[in-house]
Amino acid sequence: LPAQSLADFMPSNENSSSSSLPPALAAFRPLLRAIACTIVPEAAAMGENAWQEFHALLDAALGDRPPALQRRLQFFLRAIEWMPLLRFGRRFTSLSLAQRAQFLASLENHSLQIIRSGFWGLRTLVLLGYYGRPAAIAGIGYAADPRGWEARR
Amino acid sequence: MNERAYDIVIVGSGAGGGTVAQELSSLCREGLRIAVLEKGPKLRDEEFTGREFEMARALYDEGGGFLTADSTMTLAFGSAYGGSTAVYTGTSLLPPERVIRGWNVPGLTLEEVELRAQKFKTQNNVHLIEDELINENNRLFVEGCRTLGWRAGQFPVNVKGCRGSSLCNLGCPNQAKQGTDRVQLPAAERNGVEIITRCEVLRLEEKKLRVRVAAKPDGAKGEPSTWAPGDYTISAKMIVVSAGAVNSPALLLCSGFGARLPRLGHGFTAHPALIVVAEHERPITNFVGHPKSFYLDQFAESEQFLLETCMYFPFITAKSLAGFGEEHSAFMRAYPRLQMILVLACDHAEERNRVMINGAGKPVVHYHFTPEVRRALVRGAVAAARIFFAAGARRVHLPMAVPPTVEAHDAARLDRIAEEVPFQLGKVTVSAAHLQGGCSMGRTTSDSVTDEFGRVHGVPWLRVADASLFPNSVEINPYLTIMSLADRVAEKIREEVRNP
Repeated sequence: LPAQSLADFMPSNENSSSSSLPPALAAFRPLLRAIACTIVPEAAAMGENAWQEFHALLDAALGDRPPALQRRLQFFLRAIEWMPLLRFGRRFTSLSLAQRAQFLASLENHSLQIIRSGFWGLRTLVLLGYYGRPAAIAGIGYAADPRGWEARR
Repeated sequence: MNERAYDIVIVGSGAGGGTVAQELSSLCREGLRIAVLEKGPKLRDEEFTGREFEMARALYDEGGGFLTADSTMTLAFGSAYGGSTAVYTGTSLLPPERVIRGWNVPGLTLEEVELRAQKFKTQNNVHLIEDELINENNRLFVEGCRTLGWRAGQFPVNVKGCRGSSLCNLGCPNQAKQGTDRVQLPAAERNGVEIITRCEVLRLEEKKLRVRVAAKPDGAKGEPSTWAPGDYTISAKMIVVSAGAVNSPALLLCSGFGARLPRLGHGFTAHPALIVVAEHERPITNFVGHPKSFYLDQFAESEQFLLETCMYFPFITAKSLAGFGEEHSAFMRAYPRLQMILVLACDHAEERNRVMINGAGKPVVHYHFTPEVRRALVRGAVAAARIFFAAGARRVHLPMAVPPTVEAHDAARLDRIAEEVPFQLGKVTVSAAHLQGGCSMGRTTSDSVTDEFGRVHGVPWLRVADASLFPNSVEINPYLTIMSLADRVAEKIREEVRNP
């Protein structure tokens, strides 16, 4: 099976040509960091340079995608920020880590497939931002080398 | 508008198009002009770095992230010189006899498929990898199967000088994998076939193609196209569409053939797949060595699943693990101790599963997971878990289970998972790379799009030669079968050209 998506972050069957847009997620960076630290706990220890890498990867992945998809992602992120008001009385970024995890788990296991797929896409995007960085893959011990067996000797 | 003229134009350069290009290239010596149009770029050898993000963006359609219409499955297919053969693992098997018989294509037998495949096995150096080059990720699969009394088979693979980078799916950095990008396309070019990269076919008309050549984007990998960027009209006496099971039917639909070909886009199958991961007590050799050396097909007919060894890169691994938080991270931190198995469902042509196009003329793939496919994925994952435990794993991650981690001491839980666990679409990462059907071979327009030689019904100047010809799932890695069928299509074209 070949490598899969580096951009399959949101449900979409829209393949219309994309235009050059400013980074779609610039306004959502604090929220994205809160989500990322919930999905990958190690992200909480990242410094500013690492976060810049994280955001650059997300922007690069999103840059190729249709504007309509970017708008849907922005809508989904807004919903994540505000929906916890109904359940916890606070916005997502003001929740405790445990509450954030509880809320995201409710999206992941939601009875509506479209919500599950939306969370899957967002989770995929965050995992790309984290594990797309050289420091992160070195941190988990991944060290594939084009020299293959020779590099092991 | 720029204009060009050829005798034969081939759309796509993968296992189908690359084979047709080589097999027709002898006609160039007889004065025919032949061109291959490839949407993707041709990378220089030194540009194959093995780095996950940049290689996926360079070699895959939509970076590998093409989603089905309801976003429940990712379809991965190449978009580069060599098509998907630039990014496969080179596993070279043919289907069982019952598959070809079940296709019911007039005159097509397994014997013929085998005979044609033999030529490409020789050209592409298909062989079994030497035992000393098999890594532990693969050895543990064999050991686990043996303990369970199951029969693992070794994949013949088409490599030459493999150094064991494990990076096949990101394009071999050592040029060892013998895809059409290394064998058939260079042979075709030597014989006079022109290959134009970054060239997207927008529409077919009566013996004409409307195409757009893209400029090389700033900072992108690959060589610029040999043609200047812009729109072209190409005249061709014959057009062979080999753009793959998503793009071939989409191109024909976009060109208005849907009305006269009611089966166009139908019959799409994909071998939906899950990656299942286990953790061992100690580090194993996993990200070194050929990643896909063994398979288990004894349940293909009875339970509708295949198991194959695999080893994926960090981001894909992270994506394939269900859930998030500490449990997810713990598996990722165990990467050097991970063993992986790919579970593939042998799906079958189903009325709802088809390729269509959207308002912009781009492909939209509708895929409905039947209860049989869901059950095959769950049972295949449980079978993989049994192999892991039989090989000594201490815990297994089953993405459809709740919770997904199954400890060795709790292996009895597997029976319940196999029987009771639902498969939640949208939560579990499902992907597919064996895309088939959409322009299937057959007898008439009521059951197919082409005849047994890839001739589109009622359109004598138009042929198809790729996995979209398959009338149903091939139930094994498809590229060698694609090459055999493409060889069949090319042979008929040669006959017709020489004896009009």
